[in-house]
Amino acid sequence: MNRFAYTRAGTVREAVQALAADPAAQLIAGGTNLVDLMKYNVARPGRLVDINRLPLDAIGEHEGGLRIGALVQNSTAAEDDAVKARYPLLASAILAGASPQLRNAATTGGNLLQRTRCYYFYDEGTPCNKREPGSGCPAITGVNRIHAILGASGACIATHPSDMCVALAALEAVVQVEGPDGARSIPLAEFHRLPGDAPERDTTLAHGEIVLSVDLPAEDFSRHYTYLKLRDRLSYAFALVSVAAALEMDGDTIRSARLALGGVAHKPWRNPEAEARLRGRTATPEAFREAADLILAEARPYAHNAFKIELARRAIVRGLGQAAAGTPQSQTDKRIA
Amino acid sequence: MATTSLYVGTAQSRVDGPAKVTGAAKYAAEYTAPDLAYGVVVSSAITKGRITAIDAAAAQAVPGVIKVLTHENRPRTAWLDYNYRDQVAPPGSPFRALGGPEIVYGGQPVALVVAESFELARYGASLVRVTYAEDVPNTDLEKNREAAYVPPKKRSGIKPPPDPRGDAEGALERAPVRVRQSYKQAMEHHNPMEPHASTVVWQGEGKLTVHDKIQGVNNTQAYICSVFNLKPEDVRVISPYIGGGFGSGLRPQYQLFLAVAAALDLKRSVRVVLTRDQMFTFGYRPETLQTVALGADAEGRLQALTHDAIAGTSTFEDYQETVVNWSGLLYHCPNVRLDYKLAKIDTYTPADMRAPGAVTGVYALEVAMDELAYATGVDPMTLRLRNYAERDEGEGKDFTSKALRACYEEGAARFGWERRSMAPRSMREGRELVGWGMATGVWEAYMMKSSASARLTPDGRLALACSTADLGTGTYTILTQIGADALGLPIERVTTRLGDTALPEAPLAGGSWTAASSGSAVQSACRSVAEQVFGFARRMDDSPLANADFAHVTFAGGEIRLGSDPSRKVSLADAIRAGGVEAVEATETVKPSMLNNLRYSAYTHSAVFVEVKVDEDLGVVRVTRVVSAVAAGRILNLKTARSQIMGGVVMGIGAALEEESMLDHTLGRIMNHNFGEYHVPVNADIHDIDVLFVEEHDDKVSPMGVKGLGEIGIVGAAAAVANAVFHATGKRVRELPITIDKLLG
Repeated sequence: MNRFAYTRAGTVREAVQALAADPAAQLIAGGTNLVDLMKYNVARPGRLVDINRLPLDAIGEHEGGLRIGALVQNSTAAEDDAVKARYPLLASAILAGASPQLRNAATTGGNLLQRTRCYYFYDEGTPCNKREPGSGCPAITGVNRIHAILGASGACIATHPSDMCVALAALEAVVQVEGPDGARSIPLAEFHRLPGDAPERDTTLAHGEIVLSVDLPAEDFSRHYTYLKLRDRLSYAFALVSVAAALEMDGDTIRSARLALGGVAHKPWRNPEAEARLRGRTATPEAFREAADLILAEARPYAHNAFKIELARRAIVRGLGQAAAGTPQSQTDKRIA
Repeated sequence: MATTSLYVGTAQSRVDGPAKVTGAAKYAAEYTAPDLAYGVVVSSAITKGRITAIDAAAAQAVPGVIKVLTHENRPRTAWLDYNYRDQVAPPGSPFRALGGPEIVYGGQPVALVVAESFELARYGASLVRVTYAEDVPNTDLEKNREAAYVPPKKRSGIKPPPDPRGDAEGALERAPVRVRQSYKQAMEHHNPMEPHASTVVWQGEGKLTVHDKIQGVNNTQAYICSVFNLKPEDVRVISPYIGGGFGSGLRPQYQLFLAVAAALDLKRSVRVVLTRDQMFTFGYRPETLQTVALGADAEGRLQALTHDAIAGTSTFEDYQETVVNWSGLLYHCPNVRLDYKLAKIDTYTPADMRAPGAVTGVYALEVAMDELAYATGVDPMTLRLRNYAERDEGEGKDFTSKALRACYEEGAARFGWERRSMAPRSMREGRELVGWGMATGVWEAYMMKSSASARLTPDGRLALACSTADLGTGTYTILTQIGADALGLPIERVTTRLGDTALPEAPLAGGSWTAASSGSAVQSACRSVAEQVFGFARRMDDSPLANADFAHVTFAGGEIRLGSDPSRKVSLADAIRAGGVEAVEATETVKPSMLNNLRYSAYTHSAVFVEVKVDEDLGVVRVTRVVSAVAAGRILNLKTARSQIMGGVVMGIGAALEEESMLDHTLGRIMNHNFGEYHVPVNADIHDIDVLFVEEHDDKVSPMGVKGLGEIGIVGAAAAVANAVFHATGKRVRELPITIDKLLG
């Protein structure tokens, strides 16, 4: 761990100023990921700007939907009555991740910004383009069973590890940020980026910008949804593949469909064409499989992760089935519904 | 003397429980000293090659950094390999931290930054720049198959495979039914909760008090004295609590060497604690490639068995464990050939890990037996009973006892095995396929030489002492129970001290031998105390026991009572006072019976029954039910014994489904070196585990009839899970762990 300066911000403006003034500064909230990364010498911030005292910890009504403050803890969001009633997909996804202790410390904004679990990224003894741009990507030819099958590049095949963000992607949440040049809104689909030739950048956030809230639109998919997470043990593991499915149903007919995948790409993965193809279809395994095939047509495996393509295909079919039937996956009973 | 059994054989809570839950129990990294300095290890970024330069200037320039120790400036230590060989070292040239510029494995320590605070040391460590000349590492065991060799020097205490009996290859050729398959067991790391740590307290004039994470303080003391040329009287090792070991703490590890080297160099106290990642930079259960061939008649009676294993070891030591011998032991079979070879790879030397060798070898044998069951159509348990070995056919000896048949029968009854349908994929619940599998477990019932002392004071308090370690197994509790019963005292009046070289010497706590060895030593010391106190009682004026014989008295309720007339009695306090002593003390040493060892084979056995439910489409496996039926001689404490078996079963489930240290063979580096990515079971993975102990009387294995429980719980568990997965899915996965990817195809 390196040495760093510490600033406690009292207002959003102070936080933005402190961050913008120092290219080596980073925000710290729950610290569940950042502190680990600092211990591994992966993150070496010159300054930590502590935002824990900013008034960003409320959940409230917003334009027919909900606004979740950046500092709302994951556990609070998951157990909030309004979130549970109206966005059970989000609550379920949050509860699928980490442990109660981590969820108590982790924040909404921090969850958006958590970094990949790629083994190589965490090990400073190895090259990694995300950690040290230009040093290379040993994962491409190395141990890659957990790595991306969609949207990867020759520079990076890491995945985004968040469960919450997969649900947010399906719900088409909007991230409100403020920076030195003022405030702006970023749709979740545009918040995380694909690695391309700049894998060191996980998001489209500019330096100096701070997340204020995550806004959930009115359409909540509270009846037909699921978050199905498949992993190497039954709890407390990152997703090999996860599926956030949200449907609007008219009897057996799909009126609209949202489908986001986790664990497969550098960002929560959506495919508008596949979702459009489901519209108006009867909810059958055949229809689901067609959507899955479409999404996975462009999937590319590496030496150890080819199984993820088939696993994703089956998870999509099962997840859409759970959503259509209104029998979402429980996050406590580990039997798959 | 008739002994009472108020505590031994009952369920007793841990006597060290309150100290542990209140934090009063101190572990190696929790001891402190007024001048304590903190060492942080810098680990090698390469796997093979040489250090060409170490630039420690930036670290040295940090105020508060005291010294950066490297191979260039470390204190001189012993020259010969001999001096570095600890009590359980395999043949070879033990690793020497900072021994030179050569890098022989990934993550090897290359520097120790010592500073006034942990944070400064860690910061300093991040500033050390090491440059290397890198060679191509060789870590893929499969690629070294052809170079495998029979270890020329045998590791002490590890039996090499016995000579072949009969003509296995010929009989295999002629057998009506043949099964031949290959199995692979992944590299696993021990991952005890407590990371390895050493606090070395400088006592002045070259004297040290050392707190080390070690499964036997005497091994640490002897190692330090040998390597640093110190006298035993100048090195005291005190490590009363260990936060899990599983074998990782049998050998002194490099953090000990570094902490002692720094303390002697700086003449001050030093603590070195490894990070979780650095816990992946020393011993592990080796990856092992195995082939088992079984030949049988149509009813499954074994006619021939061959078992070949190739295990990885380091380039510098020939680590050996007993992998294949179990296959010649467990079943009646006239023709057996066993073969065990090693192959060198660029990793650290493997280390004993809970039931070393048996976890690996019995897994392969017991899956092969399941394959034979399906090849012959014989129920898997019937097949095992049909091939039951009444004698140790490898060594031509009888067993001291063997209640394995009862394990099969009682375990099967508890599990409901008779309701199983034989065909794979024939049982299901909704989308889940249900599978029932079983396997046999076996482990050696060792007893080792051990000493212990007992001290009884007139206030009716008994203090027991022994240098052995309690790794969380329950040793404190069982020794306290034994002492309380031996002298008829309430358990609250008995205290036990462990883990200190100033106490009577015990062997390393490993091999499941601690209960039999140190338990017998405590009993023996208590008997000596009882004899002395009885002597005082008999010689008292007008003693009610004046003409009594020691054989006819009972120690109970703090008194010595005549068996035939309990009203004739003397209190222990009165007897001691009458003897005119402050306390009655005895130190005794017990040894295994050489005669029994020559005449008999001693093993613990188990039968493990497992239910899995597997999501048919998604390959998600849930282990919903386990019954482990164990024959381990006399059970001292039903509660800690059950915990031991449960812990073993959980670890076996981990081996079956989750645990794997993943090597990148290009870099030669283990990549999933933390708890996030190296998976061990969590609560959600564990359901009902039912432990039962079958009656097994054994008057030969050890003075108390105890066989030990630390390891038997894990043996066979992975095979039972694998067999259950086959029964559920019809897929025979022959590589552990059985992860989702292996079940999807």
